Amino acid sequence: MSLPATAHDVGLSHEARSFWSRYVFSTDHKVIGLQYMFTGMVMALIGGFMAYVFRMQLAFPDQVVPLYGLVTAREYNALVTNHGSIMIFWVAMPVLIAGLGNFLIPLMIGCDDMVFPRLNRLSYQIFFVSAVILLLSLAAPGGGFGGAWTAYPPLSASAQYNHTPWGAPLWLLAVALEFVAFLLGGINFTVTVMNARAPGMTAMRIPIVVWMIVIASLVFMASVGPLVAGAVMLLLDQVVGTRFYDPKAGGDPLLWQHLFWFFGHPEVYVVLLPATGVVAEIITVFARKKLFAYKTILGTSIATGIISFFVWAHHQFVAGIDPRMAHLFTITTLLISIPLAEMMFAFIATLYGGSIELATPMLWALAFIAEFLIGGVTGIFLGANATDIYFHDTYFVVAHFHYTFFPIAIIATFAAITYWFPKMFGRRLNETLGQWHFWGTIVSFNAIFIPLFLTGAAGQHRRIYSYESFPQLSTPWLNQLAVLATVALIVLLIFQVIFLANFFWSMRRGEPVGANPWNANTLEWSAPSPPPHGNFATMPTVYRGPYEYGVPDRELDYWPQHVPS
Amino acid sequence: MLEWLIPAASTSAEEIDWLFTLIFYTVGFWFLVAQGIFFGFILKFRRRPGVRSQYIAGESTDEKRWISWPHYVVIACDVVLIAGAIAVWRDVKQIIPTPDETIRVVAQQWAWTFVHPGPDHRLDTPDDVVTVNELHVRNDATYVFELSSRDVVHSFSVPVFRLKQDAVPGRVITGWFRPTRTGTFDIACAEMCGIGHALMPAVLHVESAEAHAAWLGDRTTVAAASSESRS
Repeated sequence: MSLPATAHDVGLSHEARSFWSRYVFSTDHKVIGLQYMFTGMVMALIGGFMAYVFRMQLAFPDQVVPLYGLVTAREYNALVTNHGSIMIFWVAMPVLIAGLGNFLIPLMIGCDDMVFPRLNRLSYQIFFVSAVILLLSLAAPGGGFGGAWTAYPPLSASAQYNHTPWGAPLWLLAVALEFVAFLLGGINFTVTVMNARAPGMTAMRIPIVVWMIVIASLVFMASVGPLVAGAVMLLLDQVVGTRFYDPKAGGDPLLWQHLFWFFGHPEVYVVLLPATGVVAEIITVFARKKLFAYKTILGTSIATGIISFFVWAHHQFVAGIDPRMAHLFTITTLLISIPLAEMMFAFIATLYGGSIELATPMLWALAFIAEFLIGGVTGIFLGANATDIYFHDTYFVVAHFHYTFFPIAIIATFAAITYWFPKMFGRRLNETLGQWHFWGTIVSFNAIFIPLFLTGAAGQHRRIYSYESFPQLSTPWLNQLAVLATVALIVLLIFQVIFLANFFWSMRRGEPVGANPWNANTLEWSAPSPPPHGNFATMPTVYRGPYEYGVPDRELDYWPQHVPS
Repeated sequence: MLEWLIPAASTSAEEIDWLFTLIFYTVGFWFLVAQGIFFGFILKFRRRPGVRSQYIAGESTDEKRWISWPHYVVIACDVVLIAGAIAVWRDVKQIIPTPDETIRVVAQQWAWTFVHPGPDHRLDTPDDVVTVNELHVRNDATYVFELSSRDVVHSFSVPVFRLKQDAVPGRVITGWFRPTRTGTFDIACAEMCGIGHALMPAVLHVESAEAHAAWLGDRTTVAAASSESRS
């Protein structure tokens, strides 16, 4: 296979240049990956702060929240709406897909950059603008949009109903721009993996995480089209006064719900698949094991991607759809548990016969499996149409999807950062601080969301600013659970200080490492740490699959992909 | 099991709680097995000096059965749960029984209007009783409701009935319930409907036949008097 046309051929040089051209307007995939990652981290802090504010209101209603002030109903709605939007669109997506995809794909498939480096830079720039617009929308006259991240019309379509004449359109514009950024990124990832692999990197030798990012990009690209169309119609309803979703003028509010969830549910798997890919890379390295049933895992992820297009209406069981339709979506929803369960079984089977070292990245990867299983099994209560009548839009749902999204966006991200940090910065993170951060985060995470399963099962609806008007939903016991969840959230946020301190201290002062500190097989570990612009001193050739650990009759228990037999 | 957390006060609630219990034990058992094996492996295969990892590709049928057997268990459980879910959903949402009474529920930003049929058991007659944020129903009677919205999407939620149905502007959606226990319960809006979303509580009174008739009698007199004074 000939080397691809990349940055070099379009005349971008490798020499160190000014700060602006090196870190801000760079076309280097690693710099763009880190830009996405750092932007995602800043947005995660903002999203986390929002969670702190509205959880304080829930635990201690109508009291002044330290660092914020009094929370009004209008602000509460804007906070929950934007917390959700930020954590999914501006944290999970940029960190897991754009950040890791950009940083890892060229390094792991053995090429020097993305196939379209300028498109890549444009993708980040559009993403950055979308984040700025979103944050500005919070300060707009009338406040930020508060109609929930699902933005159901007619509420979202008219300022007469939502009372945010600027917040709603700006929010929608930000989301739409974010989609454009990820469409560009997805095209780039897919084309790069198809065309720019190192010689010998056959399809079945591609590391699972790269496969997962490509499958996720394809699922994203195939699902986002209908939503972009829906978003344009909603924007026109808001700004120009068209009435696509207004039943009085022949429009239909349910149309938006279908378009939104046709994208919205595949989106869950768009962020899930890269996270499972990260877990697969890490457990093989720290258990010194070949990945159990590589092809089966690949098959299950493709199956998950396909089935994810047929489950969307399980969000709409009680939305007024034909009751008979609910049966169909219950069947598809429970079916999607099959490939995912099989993938988790394969991960657990990978541990069998291993030599497991519980270093920080491994702790995060194992925590992902344990916590995601909770998210998976609680999803069955919601996928079953009859029980969903009760649980729909309660805290049970909130707890359930946080048991999927927290493992995805936070646990897998920490797994990835702690694992690839030496490659990103050429230094090691402090292991003791890493372990403290891990246990503090995991324990407090469970202490937030286990109580919310109970408040949800007891009937508390989500997105309610204060339960004081509902005698049965504001019993002392339920209020204590709310306080417990809030205190746990504060503990969780405090523990992130340890991470940030460790991260920035280790970036400059951590123990320097060589190219391959974990004795791993995949190609990124054959490049210097950190890899220079252009990545590899000599472009690698691939001789075997990525998970040849513990091969019998070899002195070393690993066998890097680029080392000739 | 859900009754430990919140009373069940309708026939649907009993069925849904049964399904919840079925899922809880089916899923809970296999969840514990999976976590047990997972943590067992982590303990058993901790790194020990001089012990190398085994080389297992997991590609042969013989090895793959370790994940394909659990996979068949998942399929079998899914079939059972799907059957249970379909059976309960049919009873609760799909088949609407012949009602003893029909009521109308209208949602708007941010209040509920309830139209009770009055002693003649018929809607759109002069003895209809219209209330705001207050619904009175008779215990052990089958009610069909006609749900609509004046502005945005709301959701009519009665936790003790395990009842939830979105109210969509431009549509009239019918559903039903049959109360099984008297008492005073919460009604809430379960779909984000704007700034006052948390301020849409209503009170549900499930009354014995006598108490309900008495309440209806009082209200009908008032309604008749006011309609007379208007005419």
